[in-house]
Amino acid sequence: MINKSLKQLGEMLQTKQISSVELTQTYLDRIAQLNPEMNAFITVDPDKSLAQAKQADAMIATGKTTALTGIPIAQKDIFVAQGWRTTCASKMLENFIGPYDATVIQQFNQAGAVNLGKTNMDEFAMGSSNETSYFGKVQNPWDRSRVPGGSSGGSAAAVAARLCAAATGTDTGGSIRQPASLCGLSGLKPTYGLASRYGMIAFASSLDQAGPMARSCEDMALMMNVMVGYDERDSTSLNHPKEDYTRELGKPLNGLKIGLPKEYFSEGLDNNVATIVQAAIDEYRKLGAEIVDISLPNTRLSIPVYYVLAPAEASSNLSRYDGVRYGHRAKQYGDLMDMYCKTRAEGFGAEVKRRILIGTYVLSAGYYDAYYLQAQKIRRLIAQDFENAFKQCDVIMGPTAPSTAFKIGEKADDPISMYLQDIYTIAVNLAGLPGMSVPAGFSNNLPVGLQIIGNYFDEARMLNVGHAYQQVTDWHNRMPEGIA
Amino acid sequence: MEWEVVIGLETHVQLQTQSKIFSGASTAFGAEPNTQACVVSLAMPGVLPVLNKQAVQCAIRFGLAIDAEIANRSVFARKNYFYPDLPKGYQISQYELPVVGKGHINIQVGSGEQAYEKNIRITRAHLEEDAGKSVHGAQQGMSGIDLNRAGTPLLEIVTEPDMRSAAEAVAYAKKLHELVQWIGICDGNMQEGSFRCDVNVSVRRKGEEKLGTRREIKNLNSFKFMQQAIEYETRWQIETLEDGGKIQQATVLFNPDTGETRAMRSKEEANDYRYFPDPDLLPLAISADDIDAVKQHMPELPEAMKQRFQSQYALPDYDANMLTSSRAVADYFVAVVAAGADAKLASNWVMGNVAAKLNLEEKSIAASPINPTQLAELIKRIQDGTISNNAAKQVFEAMWNGEGEVDSIIEAKGLKQVSDSGAIEAIVDEVLAANDAMIQEYKSGKDKAFNALVGQVMKASKGKANPAQVNEILKKKLS
Repeated sequence: MINKSLKQLGEMLQTKQISSVELTQTYLDRIAQLNPEMNAFITVDPDKSLAQAKQADAMIATGKTTALTGIPIAQKDIFVAQGWRTTCASKMLENFIGPYDATVIQQFNQAGAVNLGKTNMDEFAMGSSNETSYFGKVQNPWDRSRVPGGSSGGSAAAVAARLCAAATGTDTGGSIRQPASLCGLSGLKPTYGLASRYGMIAFASSLDQAGPMARSCEDMALMMNVMVGYDERDSTSLNHPKEDYTRELGKPLNGLKIGLPKEYFSEGLDNNVATIVQAAIDEYRKLGAEIVDISLPNTRLSIPVYYVLAPAEASSNLSRYDGVRYGHRAKQYGDLMDMYCKTRAEGFGAEVKRRILIGTYVLSAGYYDAYYLQAQKIRRLIAQDFENAFKQCDVIMGPTAPSTAFKIGEKADDPISMYLQDIYTIAVNLAGLPGMSVPAGFSNNLPVGLQIIGNYFDEARMLNVGHAYQQVTDWHNRMPEGIA
Repeated sequence: MEWEVVIGLETHVQLQTQSKIFSGASTAFGAEPNTQACVVSLAMPGVLPVLNKQAVQCAIRFGLAIDAEIANRSVFARKNYFYPDLPKGYQISQYELPVVGKGHINIQVGSGEQAYEKNIRITRAHLEEDAGKSVHGAQQGMSGIDLNRAGTPLLEIVTEPDMRSAAEAVAYAKKLHELVQWIGICDGNMQEGSFRCDVNVSVRRKGEEKLGTRREIKNLNSFKFMQQAIEYETRWQIETLEDGGKIQQATVLFNPDTGETRAMRSKEEANDYRYFPDPDLLPLAISADDIDAVKQHMPELPEAMKQRFQSQYALPDYDANMLTSSRAVADYFVAVVAAGADAKLASNWVMGNVAAKLNLEEKSIAASPINPTQLAELIKRIQDGTISNNAAKQVFEAMWNGEGEVDSIIEAKGLKQVSDSGAIEAIVDEVLAANDAMIQEYKSGKDKAFNALVGQVMKASKGKANPAQVNEILKKKLS
């Protein structure tokens, strides 16, 4: 059961071989068994999930269903869900109950999917290891002493350990793709503006994007059909016509031009990872694709640019957590300023504070031009790199992350080394392009991800490119030990 | 050496929209605290702003009214600071690229012989959201926050430092206050905070080019206070400088009880607002079509209406000016003329008796007990000779007091004018017979005596004789 695809589960539900309540209970039991150690979920609420499952069963009984009706999906705890505790993995929102539904949550609800619980993450999505969570670190199901990646580490661990059928993630600089790579999953960050940001707690507004995390590209296509769509409540949402993201699945890849950026295969890349990615490219050659060497010359600037822009936006986005209206407020304080200072000192973790400080600094009078404006200019150059590259190829491929999953605690005190985890993923966010990671093999029993970058709105083609590979490989079907 | 005061204004005009500038919450004034605070107003995690198109149309209207450049691309920026009534920790405003650029407003200052006109340059006008309100002492020992007002759309209108006296500043503020109501973008209610002025004041020696250091008087919500505050501030600055002191750039508040201004914070304590473009909102694009669409619904502007009144109704400059000083007065006047009244008579009545009565009773013209049609009926009775001007005043009084319609009052009070020349002649003869002395005076060249005789005839007719006829008959008899 737990290894069935979304499509198979859908068929079983529709033909009443299993009820949504039974399926939901199966996953709830697995969570009860595995989550105490793995810590992939921050909040599980069996009553709520089972109530939704009952509704789904009623929908199925009347025949009014969608592809996801009755299927239990885990939601990253960054999405506000009405009546659900929504923490963003921060002490600041430890007891915050969602007063409304995020658009993404609403879309899954309308599709009849079951909200299985809220998954762990780096605090306010700031991190690449899930170690900044106020609710504790998450274990990588492939090696419990290692991190699952981040910030969507809880979703990644939950999907890999079969604690849910699929999950949502969000990706500001690699937060879907890097954990997907480290946990052996498929993860897709769509074109910026395709999925609504309404109700998705903001980290860096111009970069944040929601996307699916699942075991296969086919599963992701079904998720995309639900998650994506214009939302008038999000001014940056794109008024792009609805697409069927499954429509390209199965098309041959003959003549597909794959660009390999030389900057993605240089210094800093683990040798084993490089070999595995090359092997995946060879597989594509066999599938009829043509390989083109390209260059993304400003790649090395993407990390410094990102660490100016993302903290700048974050420093402002996180100002609302002031202890006045909701969330944590210090118990003891003197005047108003003291209340602010103590509340925020207590409510935010070290990484969040670091980014607020960086962001405040780069926006300050006298520094704004040198940092923020300069970074915006380079951001345009980085987007231009991709624009030029897509004149030569249809998709770009390379590693998702420079290494496999690292040990818990290994990089926790070294922010720069942690930031380098996102060296291959960040530029995609800066350009607003869609990016995806698919499992491409194992190095020392740890999963390695292949990154596939597409042009704007090219998700359907990218999903087929991933799907074609998953038809001739079985990396995505491997299961970690000790979770059966 | 003489001193010169230099004044510039920043005015926050609350726009008359149904909902807030970035959410669907209502903007109605006076609701129970926080009942008009939706999840966006409360800055709940995850919420996003969506720009209210009506607010943009208001800004375009204003731009057209002051003959300004309207930016085809403007940008919303975040102004970051912490305050309990600012729920997001930043205010969405416009900084580098405002929606309305340079424009101008013509003001009339003073009255009578000293009256003069002046052109005040508008630097810019930009859209922004209002903050909520702190309510101190709502509960014992605690402050409350009311976020009903948070997110209410404002247009901030900034002038060049073009004003040189409190009178000019007040004339500008009044003109702006009238204009924003005229074009229907603001209700003008100053008590409720719909129109608030910050006044920048500095002084310099006359002839000096360089501006002095300014102090900003915040949040003036009455013209009287504005006048007092500027006068006090000007005196204070001059005295400080004459005593050898220096002016520190500062924000000051006016205390109406003491009539004094006092510094709130100095520039050293000023915030670094860390403005940057709001990534949640796309740049605001305004096309020529958008502007045309607003133009089609623009009311005739005061200046154009004034010129039309002069050419169409042959009204003197003074009348045209007064009648277009407010939209309500202009509308009233136009309605009186439309109902058949002579334009000049209508103008006299609107500016004269109607205005005086309204002033006395502190009423707006919209609340006048005599509507334009009724006033027109009254004026028509003067035009057709039914009643004299004097009688008309009595009828007006009676109508004001709700005693009925024009004709029934004329009837009831017996005010109908006597235009029967035989009857008037009889009265004239009576008066002449009894006033020989006056006749002699008149004949010896004293014109005053003639007027006295007219007065006597009018009196004898109880005011009902047609004055023109009285004049004519008297002249004939005395010649």
